[in-house]
Amino acid sequence: MRYLPKSDSESREMLDACGASSAEDLFAHLPEEARLKRPLDLPPGISEYEIVQYFRERAAENADGYASFLGAGVYSHFRPVLVDTVAERGEFLTSYTPYQAEIAQGTLMAIFEFQTMICQLTGMEVANASMYDGSTALAEAAMMAARATGKGRLLVARSVHPEYREVLRTYARNQGMPLEEFGYLEDAGALDTEDLERKMDGLTGAVIVQSPNFFGVVDRVREAAEIAHEGGALLIVVFTEAVSLGILEPPAGADIIAGELQSFAISPSYGGPFAGIIATREKFIRQMPGRLVGQTVDTRGNRAFCLTLATREQHIRREKATSNICTNQALIALMATVFMTVYGKRGLRELAEQNLAKAHYLASQVKPRFCGKFFNEFAARAPGKAPDAINKGLLKRRIIGGLPLGRFYPELADSMLLSATEMSRRADMDAVGEAFA
Amino acid sequence: MYPENFRYTKEHEWVRVEGDVATVGITDHAQQELGDIVYVDLPKPGTRVTRGGTLGSVESVKAVSDVYAPVSGEVTGINPMLAEAPEKLNADPHGEAWLVKIKVSTPAEVESLMSAADYETYIGAEK
Amino acid sequence: MITKVRPHLSQNEPLLFERSSPGKIAFQLPELDVPAVKAEEALGEENVRGSIEGFPEVSEVEAIRHFTRLSTWNYAIDYGMYPLGSCTMKYNPRVNEVVARLEGLAWAHPYQPEALAQGSMEVAARLEAALAEITGMDAVTLQPAAGAHGELTGILMIRALLTRRGNPRKKILIPDSAHGTNPASAVIAGYGVEHVPSSPTGVLDLGALERVVDRDVAALMVTNPNTLGVFEHDIMRAAEILHSRGALLYMDGANMNALMGIARPGDFGVDALHLNLHKTFSTPHGGGGPGAGPVAVKKELEPFLPIPRLKRLGKRLTWDYKRKHSIGRVRAFYGNFGVLVRALAYILAHGGPGLRKVSVDAVLNANYIRKQLEAYFELPYTAPSMHEVVFSDERQAKQGVRTGDLAKRLIDYGFHPYTVSFPLIVHGALMIEPTETEGKRELDHFIEAMISIAREVEEDPKTVLSAPHGTRTSRVDEVMAARKPVLRWR
Repeated sequence: MRYLPKSDSESREMLDACGASSAEDLFAHLPEEARLKRPLDLPPGISEYEIVQYFRERAAENADGYASFLGAGVYSHFRPVLVDTVAERGEFLTSYTPYQAEIAQGTLMAIFEFQTMICQLTGMEVANASMYDGSTALAEAAMMAARATGKGRLLVARSVHPEYREVLRTYARNQGMPLEEFGYLEDAGALDTEDLERKMDGLTGAVIVQSPNFFGVVDRVREAAEIAHEGGALLIVVFTEAVSLGILEPPAGADIIAGELQSFAISPSYGGPFAGIIATREKFIRQMPGRLVGQTVDTRGNRAFCLTLATREQHIRREKATSNICTNQALIALMATVFMTVYGKRGLRELAEQNLAKAHYLASQVKPRFCGKFFNEFAARAPGKAPDAINKGLLKRRIIGGLPLGRFYPELADSMLLSATEMSRRADMDAVGEAFA
Repeated sequence: MYPENFRYTKEHEWVRVEGDVATVGITDHAQQELGDIVYVDLPKPGTRVTRGGTLGSVESVKAVSDVYAPVSGEVTGINPMLAEAPEKLNADPHGEAWLVKIKVSTPAEVESLMSAADYETYIGAEK
Repeated sequence: MITKVRPHLSQNEPLLFERSSPGKIAFQLPELDVPAVKAEEALGEENVRGSIEGFPEVSEVEAIRHFTRLSTWNYAIDYGMYPLGSCTMKYNPRVNEVVARLEGLAWAHPYQPEALAQGSMEVAARLEAALAEITGMDAVTLQPAAGAHGELTGILMIRALLTRRGNPRKKILIPDSAHGTNPASAVIAGYGVEHVPSSPTGVLDLGALERVVDRDVAALMVTNPNTLGVFEHDIMRAAEILHSRGALLYMDGANMNALMGIARPGDFGVDALHLNLHKTFSTPHGGGGPGAGPVAVKKELEPFLPIPRLKRLGKRLTWDYKRKHSIGRVRAFYGNFGVLVRALAYILAHGGPGLRKVSVDAVLNANYIRKQLEAYFELPYTAPSMHEVVFSDERQAKQGVRTGDLAKRLIDYGFHPYTVSFPLIVHGALMIEPTETEGKRELDHFIEAMISIAREVEEDPKTVLSAPHGTRTSRVDEVMAARKPVLRWR
């Protein structure tokens, strides 16, 4: 087998060295009743060519060559070629977590740059070296806020991504953290701050909002911050469309930002792997989960980087750890770092401007449901036409339409969520406009 | 090495009582085991503690050790030096780098703690 | 004498921000085919940001040089062996990278109509079935993003089952040899943790277990083979004890590389386990992730699996959300799909017989190392090793040299260190797992290096204590990094 580098004679030599007559001897000590007494019921191994064929067939069973207006937490963006060039290098792809700093300076410095860029983008003082994804980053941020304030109640906006809220519920329920939702304004699609104020109390550890929110609306973060802080809670702000940070002012008054970086060159890949981040103020550093890379020196005085503040983590703190997380999304974060480098200061702004233009053009062809300001995503409805029917028509033109919102918000069953990015073409947007007319 | 006027716990804390104020720290043995200390986590003044309960923790790069209260009472002060210079705890654990001061609620508790001689025997046996 | 490496010039490289120069670009976007929009009008002036202070401004050439130079400062599996115990650092097959990037799979949006996602769903279904067969379990979820995430998911399901039976109970039993994620996950699931000491031979102490399993115990979390690389020969008996008292057995499947085709957790009493696709199933570590931590369970736990579940309806697959006993979601969308593709490609390449050979070779490699090194390093537990072997630094400690120092010296010989100071039940542990993708030559190099280092400890300990000597940086000051954390460039 091509991945097994021992010849029969080498195996024989090694068995002799072990004093075993056959490899089976090495398993002789296992209890009989625990042994598997038949071969695994899996077909024999196949050739490289057949493997590629198998997956090509699967890829062909998916949508291929369709234009898509789906967003809802996963966005279509150009992926600069350099991202793969770098990520495919064996030194990045096949290396381990940088616990041995002397032979992992490449990974460590790249993560340090990543942490820096996330701070620059979000306006925060410190960022970690990535969480599994945006949804678990939010759950971790909530637990962090509970630790920092000593208060476990959570107030979450309904305009936060529905699946993120589900994940939050799973984590909160098992930590005995009460969770309540507050609503959005029917006309603007933005936070109903009066509802938030009514539900706010002295037991609340965190108020959680998203901006741009699930409906694509740039939300009333400043107001939420005031209400949260007045009540002695922290404000957690979530983002799912990282490109928005190229043009939108980072959320003012946020104590913790939890976000998803999939937009930065990560393939949608049917939902993962992605990379989440947590960014916060220095005073919360010790409550922060996940890996952190710090700058230091070696014995000769050269600048060097290493993992630090590891005593927060599970391998030292064990049951008292800030989190159980071990893996971070290093390779994904590296790809995002390359993306941020390729676009850079000017490019990320230009990219965001293009997204803004495309989405607003699309909006001019259909009717946005909400009047709130939006970035590259918005809800829309066609009077008398159900979203499913519109989408069925669009599929015939090899266009995947927006996400019918009835799936998550029964009150919005007449609307769909449309996202347009720099990849959206005018002709396809015109087709959507026609389908809505 | 180990001051005669201190008392010692099995978890390697020392305590010196003057009137109803107890000064608490960790022993030289403890700081040696931990290695270079990077951070000290102390309770807020006003916190009530019971003997044997967690007072805070001391961190090195690769380990964390909880610090336990040798006596019950109320924390009246914490050592301001340790936030800026945790390394003092390695240099002078019995003197400059005390951790907290506690207003003692049950003075008799001190009696059951180890003397310097007993503590030295104890750590000798641990090796 | 060091034969595997010799010095070589590596390029210096500053931080991106130190390389930047105003106005340099590495991108070009197409012209807009729609009218441009004024940001202040569309978003409101107060919402528009100024420029991103300090963000990189470099050309494409500098970008490529930057990351390429950085990459040369790393060790990697492609360079040589990682003898890291418990990590299973095996070869990452390149065909897996190709198939994960196929457009139809890579561009699939999780919300695209099911009729246009059957390919992805079929991959997931096929992987679920394969993992169920390999582990001897009844049902699999691919949702968890990593091992620790899988642990949490598994424990949450156990909690849900016990709650349904009337009492979730209060604590999880964890051996003192366990990986740190085990107790951390238990706590996040809302349980208390009680440690079970190992027996003098390093395995589960049945007597101790008998004494502590009561009505408050929800489950025992066990790793098998355990973190010493030793098979828990009493595991079926342990399962009986737990089951007879209404508790369950959870297995940390990190060491599955020793068991494929040899023994199946479902056959030796396990109720739920997680797998690490980035360990046993070759998906790349990528410097620390991504991974994936699927969870396999017995029938009784199936109703509690996270939603949605893959379901077959005639010829097609669909996502089933109508599962009222489910623990809910543990992450958005369906799982680390890109990682799942790679794992399935790996399984297809080996097939049933191939996977068994993987485990056989992994165990042979570890035993070969054990045999060659046991004269030089202390073996604290003498039970037969499976895919990994754990020595202690006891002999070398007499010269004042500890496992961490030996590890640093190993770097000078051209290897990545083994796992240092874990498991905790061995003082000064050296945990070595070669995996099956190492040939005899690489293993012999490693053995020679370790023996040479053992000699150096006797003859010239200073060299070992101040190692590594040949790397770009010498030992880094971790104390300074922790005392005065600098976590970003300014």
